[in-house]
Formats: sequence, C-alpha cells, structure tokens
Amino acid sequence: MGKPTGFMEHPRSVPMVRPAVERVTDWREFHGHSDDTELQNQGARCMDCGVPFCHTGNVLGGAASGCPINNLIPEWNDLVYRGRWREAFDRLRKTNDFPEFTGRVCPAPCEGSCVLGVNDNPVTIKRIEQAIIDRAFDAGWVMPQPPSGRTGKRVAIVGSGPAGLTAAAQLNQSGHCVTVFERADRIGGLLMYGIPNMKLEKSVVQRRTDLLAAEGIEFVVNTSVGRDYSVDRLMGEFDAIVLCGGAARPRDLLLDGRSLSGIHFAMDFLHLNTKSLLDSNQRDGRFLSAKDKDVIVIGSGDTGTDCVGTALRQGCRSLVQFEILSKPPETRAPDNPWPQWPKVYRLDYGQEEAAALFGRDPRTYSIMTKSFVGDKDGRLKSVRTVGIMWSKDENGQFQPVEIDGTEREWRTQMVLLALGFEGPETEGLLTQIGVALDDRGNVATDEDKMTSVSKVFAAGDMARGQSLVVWAIADGRHAARGADKFLRGGRT
Amino acid sequence: MLSLRKSVWFGFHKVNHSDYPKKQGLYDPHYEHDACGMGFVVDVGGRKSHAIIEQAMQVLLNLEHRGATGSEKNTGDGAGILFQLPHRFLVRECARQKIKLPQPGEYAVGMVFLPTAEESGRQCKRQFAKIIREEGQSLFGWRRVPTDNSMLGASAKASQPVIEQVFIRRGQDVSDELDFERKLCIIRKRITKAAKRGIHERGTFYVSSLSCRTIVYKGMLIANQLSAFYPDLRDGDVESALALVHSRFSTNTFPSWARAHPYRYIAHNGEINTLRGNINWMRARESKFRSKFFGSELHKILPVIDSDTSDSGMFDNVLEVLTLTGRSLPHAMMMMIPEPWTADQSMSAEKKAFYEYHSCLMEPWDGPAAIAFTDGIRIGAMLDRNGLRPARYYVTKAGLVILASEVGVLDVPPEEILCKGRVQPGRMFLVDTESGRVVDDDELKRAVATQYPYAEWLRNNQLSLEEFPSPPDTPVQNSSTLLEQQHAFGYTSEELKLLITPMGAHGEEPVGSMGTDTPLAVLSERPQLLYNYFKQLFAQVTNPPVDAIREDLVMSTDTTIGPEANMLEPAPECARQIRLPSPILTNEQLNKLRHLGDAGQGAAGVKFKSITLPMLYEVNGGERSLEAALTELCRQSAAAIAGGYGVIILSDRGVDKDKAAIPALLAVSSIHHYLIREGTRTQVGFVVESGEPREVHHFALLLGYGAAAINPYLVFDILRDLTAQRHLGVDIDHTISNYLKAINKGIVKVISKMGISTIQSYCGAQVFEAVGLREDLVDRYFTWTPSRIGGVGLEVIAEESRLRHKQAFPEGSEPEQSLIEGGQYQWRRKGELHQFNPESIHKLQHACRTNNYETFKEFSALINDQSRQLHTLRGLMELTPLAGPIPIAEVERASEIVKRFKTGAMSYGSISREAHEALAIAMNRIGARSNTGEGGEDSERYTAEANGDSRNSSIKQVASGRFGVTSNYLVNANELQIKIAQGAKPGEGGQLPGHKVSAAIAKVRHSTPGVGLISPPPHHDIYSIEDLAQLIYDLKNANDRARISVKLVAEVGVGTVAAGVAKAHADVVLISGYDGGTGASPLSSIKHAGAPWELGLAETHQTLVLNNLRSRITIETDGQLKTGRDVVIAALLGAEEFGFATAPLVSLGCIMMRVCHLNTCPVGVATQDPELRARFSGDPSHVINFMNFVAQEVRELMAELGFRTINEMIGHTECLTMRLGIEQWKARGLDFSNIVHRPAMPDTVGRYCQIKQENEVEKSLDHTVLLERCKPALEHGKQITATFPIRNADRAVGTMLGSHITRAHGADGLPPDTIQLTFKGSAGQSFGAFVPRGLTLTLEGDANDYVGKGLSGGRILVYPPKDSTFQAHENVIIGNVAFYGATGGEAYISGIAGERFCVRNSGVLAVVEGVGDHGCEYMTGGCVVVLGPTGRNFAAGMSGGFAYVLDEKGDFIIRCNRAMVEVTGIDDASEIELVKNMIFRHAEYTGSRRATEILVSWDEMTSRFLRVLPNDYKRVLEGEKGSANFALPVVEMRVKSADVSG
Repeated sequence: MGKPTGFMEHPRSVPMVRPAVERVTDWREFHGHSDDTELQNQGARCMDCGVPFCHTGNVLGGAASGCPINNLIPEWNDLVYRGRWREAFDRLRKTNDFPEFTGRVCPAPCEGSCVLGVNDNPVTIKRIEQAIIDRAFDAGWVMPQPPSGRTGKRVAIVGSGPAGLTAAAQLNQSGHCVTVFERADRIGGLLMYGIPNMKLEKSVVQRRTDLLAAEGIEFVVNTSVGRDYSVDRLMGEFDAIVLCGGAARPRDLLLDGRSLSGIHFAMDFLHLNTKSLLDSNQRDGRFLSAKDKDVIVIGSGDTGTDCVGTALRQGCRSLVQFEILSKPPETRAPDNPWPQWPKVYRLDYGQEEAAALFGRDPRTYSIMTKSFVGDKDGRLKSVRTVGIMWSKDENGQFQPVEIDGTEREWRTQMVLLALGFEGPETEGLLTQIGVALDDRGNVATDEDKMTSVSKVFAAGDMARGQSLVVWAIADGRHAARGADKFLRGGRT
Repeated sequence: MLSLRKSVWFGFHKVNHSDYPKKQGLYDPHYEHDACGMGFVVDVGGRKSHAIIEQAMQVLLNLEHRGATGSEKNTGDGAGILFQLPHRFLVRECARQKIKLPQPGEYAVGMVFLPTAEESGRQCKRQFAKIIREEGQSLFGWRRVPTDNSMLGASAKASQPVIEQVFIRRGQDVSDELDFERKLCIIRKRITKAAKRGIHERGTFYVSSLSCRTIVYKGMLIANQLSAFYPDLRDGDVESALALVHSRFSTNTFPSWARAHPYRYIAHNGEINTLRGNINWMRARESKFRSKFFGSELHKILPVIDSDTSDSGMFDNVLEVLTLTGRSLPHAMMMMIPEPWTADQSMSAEKKAFYEYHSCLMEPWDGPAAIAFTDGIRIGAMLDRNGLRPARYYVTKAGLVILASEVGVLDVPPEEILCKGRVQPGRMFLVDTESGRVVDDDELKRAVATQYPYAEWLRNNQLSLEEFPSPPDTPVQNSSTLLEQQHAFGYTSEELKLLITPMGAHGEEPVGSMGTDTPLAVLSERPQLLYNYFKQLFAQVTNPPVDAIREDLVMSTDTTIGPEANMLEPAPECARQIRLPSPILTNEQLNKLRHLGDAGQGAAGVKFKSITLPMLYEVNGGERSLEAALTELCRQSAAAIAGGYGVIILSDRGVDKDKAAIPALLAVSSIHHYLIREGTRTQVGFVVESGEPREVHHFALLLGYGAAAINPYLVFDILRDLTAQRHLGVDIDHTISNYLKAINKGIVKVISKMGISTIQSYCGAQVFEAVGLREDLVDRYFTWTPSRIGGVGLEVIAEESRLRHKQAFPEGSEPEQSLIEGGQYQWRRKGELHQFNPESIHKLQHACRTNNYETFKEFSALINDQSRQLHTLRGLMELTPLAGPIPIAEVERASEIVKRFKTGAMSYGSISREAHEALAIAMNRIGARSNTGEGGEDSERYTAEANGDSRNSSIKQVASGRFGVTSNYLVNANELQIKIAQGAKPGEGGQLPGHKVSAAIAKVRHSTPGVGLISPPPHHDIYSIEDLAQLIYDLKNANDRARISVKLVAEVGVGTVAAGVAKAHADVVLISGYDGGTGASPLSSIKHAGAPWELGLAETHQTLVLNNLRSRITIETDGQLKTGRDVVIAALLGAEEFGFATAPLVSLGCIMMRVCHLNTCPVGVATQDPELRARFSGDPSHVINFMNFVAQEVRELMAELGFRTINEMIGHTECLTMRLGIEQWKARGLDFSNIVHRPAMPDTVGRYCQIKQENEVEKSLDHTVLLERCKPALEHGKQITATFPIRNADRAVGTMLGSHITRAHGADGLPPDTIQLTFKGSAGQSFGAFVPRGLTLTLEGDANDYVGKGLSGGRILVYPPKDSTFQAHENVIIGNVAFYGATGGEAYISGIAGERFCVRNSGVLAVVEGVGDHGCEYMTGGCVVVLGPTGRNFAAGMSGGFAYVLDEKGDFIIRCNRAMVEVTGIDDASEIELVKNMIFRHAEYTGSRRATEILVSWDEMTSRFLRVLPNDYKRVLEGEKGSANFALPVVEMRVKSADVSG
C-alpha cells in the first residue's frame, strides 16, 4: 500500500526553514514545517515493508536499531500519505505517549534502520511523527482522557522526566491514583531543563503536563524525596512506587586545573539557562553566560550539541568542541552495516549554526584534553590537549595513543563538560529505600521492572543508564505494566 | 456413530478384497489414485462374435503404455474386460458340470473372487446360496474359472483370489430382465455385506459382476496378461457383440484385484474430486428414497455406496441404483456428470431445464472423466465438462465401432473407415445394438430431456430469490458496537487494510509475495480463528486444476437451498427449492430467506419456512459450555426439521459481554455431520449469518463443510464504515458488490484448484486437511477430515474464542480504541512471529557478506532454537543420536554436501537478471544446481564466461506456460523439472503483466514485449498420471542426459502421487512445503493451501518405501529451509536433496519487502526496473557462503548423530523425537508419531535412491531406427528422405532425433527440409515434440494427443491415407493439445484437431481444417488458420499472434471468447495474401481437398474469414508501426508448378 513507487518519485526532504544565522538570535524552536503536500510525499516514500525494520527496537552493535517503543511507523506513514491524519494520530498514540517530544528530540533510530536507507535516504519518519502530533494538538484531537474508574490504589512516581511522565500517564490510565514528585521547580526533568528551548519548546512540555494533570495526575514540585519527603512516608502512603530519577551523575574530567572557575558541567549550564529564560527571559541574569567568551565544549554527543547551540545564542566569541574519538566516516563502515545505527558523520543543528557563524564545524576529533590552565586568579585561561590515535591493545581493545608533537594549548574562558553520565545519584533516595544496584551502578530490576524492594519499580535512565528519551518512554511503559500487574495482584 | 469413520472409511484394509498395507504413519491407502487407458469395440448391429473379444484384447494391448507396473515388472496395476454373457460358451461349460442352462435372460452369472483359505471360501459360498434362496432365486452351481498365473509377478500371485463363477436361475415371480437385474443387485449387496462381517481371515471376497447380461473378467494384471491368465477369453465360443476394456495405472503398487476395471457398468479413466461430498450427500438422501421397483426391499440395496471401493466403483454403485430404479443409462450419466448449463447460451431450453431440474436432485460428480458404460445392450462413452480425458473413435463401413483413449489401437485398413471422431467435452456417444445404430449426443439428450416437462416443473416449483418481495426490516449496522464486534471476532487493522479494503475498493482478492514464515495455527501463541487450522487441498498430477478465469464457461456459482425430495422417482416437487445465484448473501437477501413463509412475506409456492438458531454460547463456561451449545444446536436443528423448517439460519448476531460466537465453521460442520448420521441432512439447508468470515478461505471452508449460503454481516458493516469515511473511493453499493465479486471469484478459484467446477458439488465436499486438530475433535465435528498430527481440542478452541472476546469486553476497562495490528502478512513487533524478521535478516546478510560463520550460527540459532517461541513442526523435534558421536573430520566434506543443494525455481521475470545470474554462477561454482524457473533462459548463458563462470542454470523448469521451452533450452539442462505445483499457490497458474514483459524477458520467453503472459493452472498435457508419464518420456527423448524431476507440493495424499511419479520413471521427486516463496500469489493461497514439507516429505518417503519404489527415485524437499538443522531433519525424514530460495535471496540483499508483484523491489532483487536493478548489491560469493555455512552446520550435526554420509542418514527417523515437555498451550497436543513412523520393511528395500530408472527411451523408434538413418544429416548436413510405418505405441517420434540436431547445430538447427521423414499409420502421443528446424515429419494416417508439442522450428504435415474415402475435413485426424507451447515451425493438418489446438503457441504457423474447444488458448504468438468449424471458447486467454477462421456458418462469434481479443473481417491486402499463401502451402503439402476448394473460389471465400487478434497484441503492434499495419508473419513461398487456383 502506501504508494508503491513513492520512494522512486520523491527525494527525501527535511525542511529547515529558518537559516542558522537567523535562528541563533532567539530561543525559539528551530524545527521547520512542511506543507501537507510535502508531508504526503514524504509519507509516500515509505515502502510499507514486509519486514519494517524501523519499528523493531533491537539493540545491534550497542545501539538501538529501529524504534524502541515500536511505533507503528508504516501504518501512520501510509495514513499520512492518504491524508487520513486523524487515524494516523490514533495509530501513533497507541504506542507513544509523547510524540511531541520524540518528534523533536529523538535521534530517530527508526530512520537509521529504515529499509530505504539500505541504498537511499531514509523516510523522514521523525518529521512525519512531529507533523501528526502537532496537527493533532492544533485540531484539538488531543484531549484529556481521564480513566473511567479508579482502582483506589496509589502510585508515586519519583522524577518527572520522560520515564516518570510515561509511567504516570500509563498508570493513571489504568485507574490508579498517581502522584509525581519532582525536585525542580518545574515538571519535565530532562525535557524541561536538560534540553534547550530551541530544540524543545517548553510550552510543549507544559502543554503535556497540563493534560496529564487534567487527567487526574497529581504533581508535586520542589520536593526531593528522601530529603523533603521521607522515604518512610512514601513507602507508607503509596501502594507502588516507580523510581524515575534519571542518571543524574555527570562524568567528570579530573585533570590538573579542574577546580579553576569557568569549568562547568553541561547540565548545569543548560539547566540554569532555561530556568532563567522561563523565569525572566534571562533578565534575571541567573545563568552561566558564554557571552564574549572563547568556549570549549568537551564531548560531542547530543548534550554537547545543545551546549554549542546555547553558547552561540548567548553570544560566545568563539567555539570549539573536542571529541576524543576519531571522525566518523561519511558513509557506513563495513562493520557498521544497515540496519545498525549508522555511525557516520552528521552535522547537527548546533554544529551547523557554529559553522554558519564561524565558518567551520566546531568539532575537533581524535583529541584528548590533558590539563586546564588558569590565571593567577584561579580563572580558566586555556586548555592543553594532545592529538591521539586509536590502536588495539593486546586484548583487542581500542586504546588512545598520544601522538608526539601534537600538543596544543587552546585559549578559553569557559569549558563545558558534556561527557555523559555515570549513573543515578545513589546517596539519599536510593540508599534510603535500599534498592540493589546492578554492576554498572544502575538500579537493578527484574522482568517487570521491579527493584529488589517489593512494590518499588524503576524506569528510565535510573535503571538503564544514560539513554534516549524514547528508551525512557519504553521503560516507563514497561514499568507501568509491571506496577499495574503488581497492583492487580498478578504477582506478589 | 463415531465408529462410522473407522468402519466405513478405513474399513477396506481390514478385511476384504485387497492386501494393501494398513494405514500407518502418514500412509493411508485411501489416497490411492488411478488413471488409465480404456476402450471398447462394438458391432453396431449386435452381431456376436469372438472377433469382438479378440479385437478388444488387441485394443487393450495397444493401450499398455497407459497402464503401469510397479517395482516388479510383471505385476500390473490391473486390466480387465466386460462383455455380453457368452451364452454358447457357458452352456457348453456348464454342461460339463451337469448344469443345464436355460435361455439367455433366464439365468445370471456372477464372477466372484473368493478367499484362498478353503473354509472361508466355503463359508462365502454357503452364504451366497442362502441369500439366493431367500431372494426367491435358485442356485445352479459354481464353476471354477480356469486361470494360469505363471506369468504373474510375485505380489500379484500372492494376492490372487480363487475365482469362480456362480450360476443363478431367474425366479418365477421375476417379470423381466431388468427386474432380474434388481434381484441380482440385492443378492450382490447382501452377500457383500454378509461377507464383510463374516470373513475374519485375510483374504478377498468380491463380486466383479453378477448379471444376466454382462460379465467382467479382470484382475491385477498387465494388459498382455489378461488373456493368458483367463484361458476362457481365448475360447472361440466366447462371443459378444460388445466388449469394454481397461488398463489401469495406479499411483502405488499394492495389489488390488478388485480395483481393476471395468466395474459392473463402467470403465473410468479419471477421478472424482468431489467424492467425499458425493458420498455424504448420497448417504444423507437415502432416508428419503422410495422406489416403485424395489418397494419394501429398497433397504436391501442401501447404503447405495460400497465404501470399500474406489471412486470409480462408487460412481458405478450410484449409476447402478439410478438405472435399476427406472432411469436409462444415458439419463443417469447426465445426472451425475451434467454439462455446464448455466452459462451456455447455445443450449436448448429443454436441455437446460433438464439439467436445472436435476441439480435440485443431486450435485455433479465432478472431476476429469472419460467413462465408457454399458448395460450389455447399449454401450457408450461420455466425457466430463472439461474434456480432460481423450476418447477417439472410428466407425467402419462394416458396422464396427472402436472407441478408445487413443487412435490406432486397432488396425483398420483406411478404405474401410467410414468416419473418425472424438467424444467432445460434456458430450455422449452411444451405440445401441438393439436398434443397430450410433446415436449422437443431440438426439440422445433431446430424448432424455423431453421425457418429462422439466421446464414446467421448475416453473411451478422452483423459486429464485430475486422474485421475493423485500421485507421491510433489513437490519442496519449499529455503529456504536462496531469496534466491539470487530474485537470480538478478532479483526486486525492489517486485515482491514490488506484484505477487506482492496476487496471493497477493487473487487479483487489481494496479492502478496515471498511465501509465509509465520507459525502454523497450532503453534501460534496468538488466538487463531478455527479456519486457520485447515489447509486447502488441490489437484496435482492425477487430475488438473481448472482455469476458472479463461475457462469460466465450465464454472458455476449457482446453488439451491431447501429440502430435497426423493431423488429416485421424477416428480415436480423435487424442484421445490430456492435458487441462489451466489452462496454469499447480502443482508437483504438473507432477510428474504428469514421471512420465508411469513404471512404476507412468503413468496407464493414456498412450502417451507426458515428458522434462525443462535450460534452463541456462554463464553465464561469454556469448553463445557461450548460443547453443550453445540449439542443444543444439533438438537434444535433436528427439532426444526421435525417442525417442517426447510432452511436453518445459524446466526451469531448478539454477541455481548457474556455471550461469544461459536466458531461458525464448528457449528456448521457439527450439525452437518450430526444430521448426516441422523439421515435427515437433505431435508434442510443451512445459511450462516456470521460476523466471523471475511476472507475467501473462510467462505470456502463454510461451504466445504455444508453451508449453502453465508451472510458476512460484520464485513458489510465494516465496509459501510470505511465507505462512510471515504477510504474506498467508491460508494457503498459498489463497495459491497466489489467485495462479493472478490469473494465469489476467490471461491471459484479455490474450487478450481481442486479441479471442481461447481459450487454445488463443492458444498460439503470437505476438500481440506486439518493441521493441528485432535482426533476426537475431528471425528466428532469434522468427520472424515484427515488430521495427522493431533493437536488442539475443543478446550483450546474455546480458549481462543475467550481471548478474542476479552479484547472486546476487557475486565474492568474499556476496549482498545483501535484494532490490534495483526502481523500475519507484514511483520510487526507485537504481531505474529515470522522466521524472517529484522534480527534474522540482518544476521544472515551480515554473515554471508563478511563470510563469518560465527554470525551465521547466531542466525541459525534464531531459526533453530524454538524452545521459547514455536515456528515450525521441525522446531519441535529433537535430534537424538543412535550411537555415540564421531569426529567431524570423518564426516563427508562440505564440498560434497553442497552438491545436494539447489536454489529454488525463480524465473528471470520474477527476479532480476542480476539476481538470477548471481544464483546460477554461485551454484555452478560449487557444483550445486540453480533453477531457471518458468520463463526460459537466454541462450547466451549456455556459453561459459572467460573466467570459467557459467550463468547456465543447471535445472531447467518445464512449467504450464512452457515459456521458452525450446529444444535448445532442453538440451542445455542437467535436470529438467516439471513443475506440477508451487508451494505458495498450488493449483494455480500465474500471470506476468504486460508492463513486466521487457524486451529481454520477451526474448527468452519467445513473446512480445509489453504483452501480458498467462501460465495456465494445469499443464495442458498433464491431466492424469499417465499423461505425466508421457511428458517424462517426451523430455527424456528431448534430452536423454538430463535427470527428470517432478515438483509436487505437500498435501495429504502426496505420497501416493509421488509413488505414481516414480512409476512414471521420473528420476527426482520434489516435495515442496506450502510456505515457499512466490513472486505473486493471492494471500489466501499463500497462507492456506498445501501442507508443511515435514508432512509431505515423510508421507512420500514412507509410501515409497512401502511400495519398494524409494530406491528408484531421489527425493528433494524445499520450503523455508534455512539452516543445517533444517537439512538434517529433512534427510532424516527421507530427503536426499535440498532446495533453498528465500534464504539465498536474502543473502543477496532481499529484505523481505514482499512487493515482488509490484516491480518495486528497492534492492534490485525482484524487479525489472533498470533504476532499481542498479541498486542490486548481491554477489555470488554471498550465496556460496550461505551454502557452505549450511553444509558446515549439517556436518556438525552429523558428527553428533554419528553419520558419516548423507546417504547413511536418510530416513533414519529413529533419530527424531518430539521434544518432551512442550508446555505451549496448543502445541502440547501434537503427536509426531505418524511423521517419524518407519515402515517395517525388509533390509532389501532401499531407503534412498540406488537404482537408475529404467530407460525406455532406448526402445524408441528414434533410438532404434531414426538416429542411425539420419546420421549423414546430423554429421554432414546431407539431405535424408525416408518412409517408415508407425503405430500408436511409437511415442514422441522425432524428438530424440531433434535433440541430436540441436546438440550438433545449436538453436538454429539445420536448413529446412534437410531431413524429411514420412510415417504411415497411427502415430503415438507427442508426435514431433520439440522438433527443431531442419526436420520435416510427414504423417499419412492419424495421430494422438500432443502433436508438435514444443515445436522448435521443425515442420509437421499430417493428412489421411491416400486410399481413405472419408472427407478429411469432417474427420478427426489429430488429438488434443497439439503444438502446445510451440515456439517456431510450421504445421499443416488436413483434418480436424481435438481440443486446445495450438494452446500457448508462440511461433508456429499452422493450418488445420477444424478444431475442438479452447482453440488457440493462451496463444502468445504465431499464426493459425482454421479452415472449418471451431469448438467453444476459442482464443481464451490469447494475448498474442493471429488466428484466421473460416466461418462458413456465421456462428463463430458465439464460440469465441472475446475477453481478450477482437474479431473482425480481413480486408488488408497483405493479410489476405498471407492467409492465401498459408492455404496454398497447405494444399501443396497435404493435398487437402478442402484447401483446393477454398482456393478455387478464393475471392468469395475471403469475406468469410474472420481475424482474431488479441487487444494487447494489437496495441503493441500498432505502437511499433505507428499505424494499423501489422508486422505479419512471413511465409516463404515455394510455389510448385501445379496450378491449384485453376
């Protein structure tokens, strides 16, 4: 079905209507919009595969191949092609609680495993997803749908990131009374403060939070469970608890000069920026400013990119981004075949903007930071690096080897550490509840996502380690199923 | 009544006439098939002579090649003769025993097979005497029939009965001969029943004949043994005016003296496809039987059908009763095998009324048939409506009629012949020795049809649904419950999208590709509809499927509903039924039936009412509640019948929170069988009103198990909903009529796959096999359905219903707002499992591309390890070593094992050139075999590449379309594969749409670019097992170095078919699983037709071992083979060669898009689009890696099992056990003991192929005479001219000689007429098959079927002997299916040809003086000139070429099928010239008087010629030329001096 020959007739087209130089002047979303015809054409490119890899969610080569929440992608692509938006929305929400988030922030493993990607550009699945949900909101199809009855069971969700919100939504739909605890002042966790506004407009997060509240979920902000709300009370008042606290412990770079001022974790930088933006449109000045600074972002993952985009918007003087790995190939390497997540060179929005402003991709590859250098006032002055190459050690593991003569010193006043996260914060909540951890330091769970403590479940990065929003949604649903089964007496 | 099954159906192996092995493992004697040659000789004037017997024996000898022998050459399948009681001889013989026989007619003789054990024999005779006395007749005595068994084979000898004749004197109160025959029938039936109860020892009791008119001598003999075995037959005193003979070809080798033909009234070449239904219905009718002739004795001849006999025997039983109760033989024959009357516009009104009336009495006995019948006074023959068996006759000037399956069976000097003819499809031919004349079909049938005022009876009694007034209250959909209903009946969004929407929008059943790899219903974790446990059966080899599209004139969807009356006595009230144009009812039609007999609503004349019974049960009560509901339904049905209701509507409307629908199939079948047992079944008709059925398979099953009509109300609601949302693009009326059209077409296709033509006879015919249903369930509710591996019972069916029901009514919450995904056709993460899924596809491709065995092992683990998720039957098997493991180094090398591997038959056309050649190169590199598929091959590929690679496919397929099957194609093969059926769509043909026929494809298929091509469902030269033997013989002649392979598809009974294939001397038999891939097939066929190969393979191996035929033939299997474990299990079940298709394609880049039929394959594998082909990234090394990986895994498993070679391993099912502790809720009921059964046979019986099939080709005329004679031409191109005598046993003459020409001189052959051979006499089948250029064959005489089959450039001339006196153009000179699949050459036939002249011709220029039905069918090229009458359905499916027909009577147009062609006059001068030239050459070559006459008055004749031109072809030709001037075939003129125009 779909249009059998659509993929031969229409090239892939992803609109980026706002030019980079323009969009760095504000904090509004950078996503462009396509007209209906274009969207239908893009939907027609879907080949309606006999075996659609796009919705598999297998982990291949250490990365997701296909959608982890098994979105019914071929079905809604086809419906979009046919202009049947309302049904497309019905199919979409069947698997995805928050398409407006994934449609904006997901790296789209679906597209990485799209069969058309075998020898062509994949279908613009992510943009179609966003178009469906945006249209659904515009048309008023997204209405609060409180459950028809209540079970009388109470569930606490600790953490309001994507996993927590998903678990909350699902358990609420099952008729349980759900309370979500959030230690920040706004609901959304990573969605609210981890991802900058230009990637995910905060009104979009708020809109969803409002819907959930209208469906009967109780939100409690500024409350850190274990500190502001005792674990005993929590365990006493609730029939089930789902821990969705994320993997909040950032990886540090403990080199000489780490204590110099001007070195920040990316998440602190991003959080404060967004909070100030929401609180006062940044008039309160309560954020870490890169204005007129030479900024170095260490790490080139999604968070690193967000730091780049944010620093640019703040008006940095120059910007470079270090990546310890070597530059990925333009096309798939032989050991990275389709349908694995393609480890290829990409220009994300931040890099595209930096290139537009400064003339080049800010990333430097195969580079290792050796030390931070400060001035006499203890302020960061520069960073010393060395070039490296990767070679296999005797165990066959790749190891970085420094290359003599490639030492270099970079002038900088601000370094942002975007090196990823090590796992959940263990002091406080986790220690107090007493849940067991797995060998990677994440909360250990069983096949129902229950922790070692009865009635306590865990989902999202807290149990999985740092990952994608879409995995958080997948885990949130999984934990909700487990908790619901538990609450209905399906397990003891 | 459960014991019915045991005693009736499988009873005959327990006590009685045969020594068949008992039912064991998967072998079941019930599936035996046979076919044969038959004939008769009669003196029209009724003069008795011994010469008639001698001549009949001669006929039999000349039909010997149509019979068969088994593993013993001197044990035949059966031969026999029926003739008039030889009074003179009997008087003489009886006198010796002091018996004085009275006048003829006053006594009867029985031919009796008695047990060899003396006491049993005596016991039988005592019984006989007692019964004769009780029936008021007297016994004269017995005569031991002399026999000489010295020439018999061991098994025939071992099972030989004692043969005696019993003499009975007519009783005082028996009024006439017919009355005497009735008494004799009663006696025979009584003694047969008594003997069945009485004989406990192994042995035979059987009455071959018992009549005062005729006698049958028959036995398990070869034709030439008959007269030697029965010295009586050589006695000059044995005289008769008529004699009927038969030579049998059975598909197995088990001795059966009783199953030889003739039976008491008939000899039959054919088989009855609807047998199960015919038996059931006949049984069901018996309670209504009344006969003034039998009166109170009627019960003595019941049951009518002797369940111990074959289908032909059963036919004989019914025919006997119909005639003894007052109908004439022709009348009874017309009832049982009616002509297609519904759509025939040329049929007379009274004949139509006759057939319509009788359709209210009984359903047709449907299937291929040439039946010769006699009552001792009249003798005749009749063909089925399709004419699927040949029957030719001569009438001599001396008043002799010789009719047989072939011509030339009796030498008659040409000048003595009055006329030569053939029996036409559906027609009858009768000789009445009393009136001393030949009665033609028209006269005969008119007489029968006007005996009663049938039309009036119909008018006054029968009703058509349309005539009824519409009741006001047709229910409308309740949209608020629509979603709930869909959930409750298990609808998926996939079904809505892929099945229902296309049917509603386009009126076509949707098509898919790449087979199926989902679990069987019994293995699926998901709740399955009951329908999914049934697999459709289909025709293969022993009878052909019908082309329901191109030959729709024989099809009928008409059916009737209402109580039946006594069928034995003609009466007006028998017609009191309602006629339905289609078995699928709209809501309005159903409502009319619902209000039958209502005051104010009932149509005048309806004497019966309808009642609606709810088909619901309390869902939470589970199995018990379901069972109780079924029992209650049966009770209510019986009560309804008692209450005078004639129609029962079973309805599942009203499903709610507590009540679920009883699966409609279960309800229908259980009541159907209950009422059959009660004997009241025919007093009521069933209508099913259900939300459940939606796809073709569902409707087919409901009909097949007894429903007369079905109203699928929920589908209508869904269509209405989809239409309201404007998703279909048509309005609601069109949507529903589209859907009905699609379903009706689909049902017709399903029935045609089995060779069944009418829905009426399909109803209740149960042509299904259950896979995964437990025996007790089947016995009780689906009685007589084969189900061979156990499975689920009622409790699982109830649980599956409950699970569906829960979707609609979940506990404590709302139902899902949208339907579940499904995932049956397209993989979905949360849908049904597929073996090829993202993970396995990725692993396999990655392994093959990187040559990484470790990754392959990860792939094979995904497929092999089914401990968590069940996929296949073999997945449940465990490999158990018999002895300890051996070092892997001792195991046969992988390079040897891969030689047993083959890639599947995929045509260049279905897959791209790149993919096709990659497979060929890969397989050639490793010494394995690739397969052309159907579609020819570019001859450039026969030459090796510079680097040593070869693109030549080792196996060349010969399929029904015969595309590109030339002499050159055939000689370049190592193996020739006859594709009888294909796993994904057994019983169906195919179509290559015009847009896929590129120039390159057209070249290899010898067709025109842009013109669509049709592969017919049957091979038109294989309608029976003896036809297959003939094709095998033809191909061996066409390439005597190639192995001949026959591809079958697994279904119950395939083992016996394979045994027949082995006896037909094939070298390889391939058993394909139902799940194999395809380029395009209806979705219902992909899923529901055929069985898994595990069953088919095991049955085949077991049957061949039991027959001791296994050692003569190689067994190959395929169907979703992917791993070494699959191969090992196949070997253990009996296979020695293994085919792979999908997996190698995946290794080449296929990602299972399943869009092959759309030409949009995005990886360039299954597409002809140049842009997409450029994306192909496969390499032969990928395929080689795959084959090596599989072989390596095979070796590892062999080492574990302790086998050093594959041969050692074959058939060792002891190594296979069913996995213990299977906990899956459905699969735990399975029982594999039948699959792993090992027949107990001595060690001398081989279990793998060790003996080369006998090469009969060496005895051929070509091998013994022609090759040597033509050597100078073959070697030096010298001209050769010679003349030889020829007879019907000389088959495929010229074929081997042709193959030598091609071998030596390539595709172009020799210059025309280099070799000119003339033959005089009657040529055997396949005269001139595949003959290439340079060879001209002239036949002075006549020929049998398949003249010029596959003609590849040669020239064939046929004309009557110079000294014959009959008019050539009025007589039949060649048989059926001439020039089938011919690609080039010329043919001039002076006389009339049989059916299907030039079928699928793509290049021959032919002139003929008249043709039978279906002339030029499927033709794609060439030019045919017909100088006389044509039969019906001319040009059906014709997509290319020209035909010119001389239409003197002006009625050609009604006999031409104009669906694809236009018919016009010819006015173009060059065309006129072309036709004239061809006729001119015809005259010159054959001396045709007809041609000369036409040429003499040419100017006035031109206006009587009509041109038949396919629309597509015209479009393409016009496109080429840019005008209406066509590229006409060029006929080189070689005008002799003779001036024919003057």
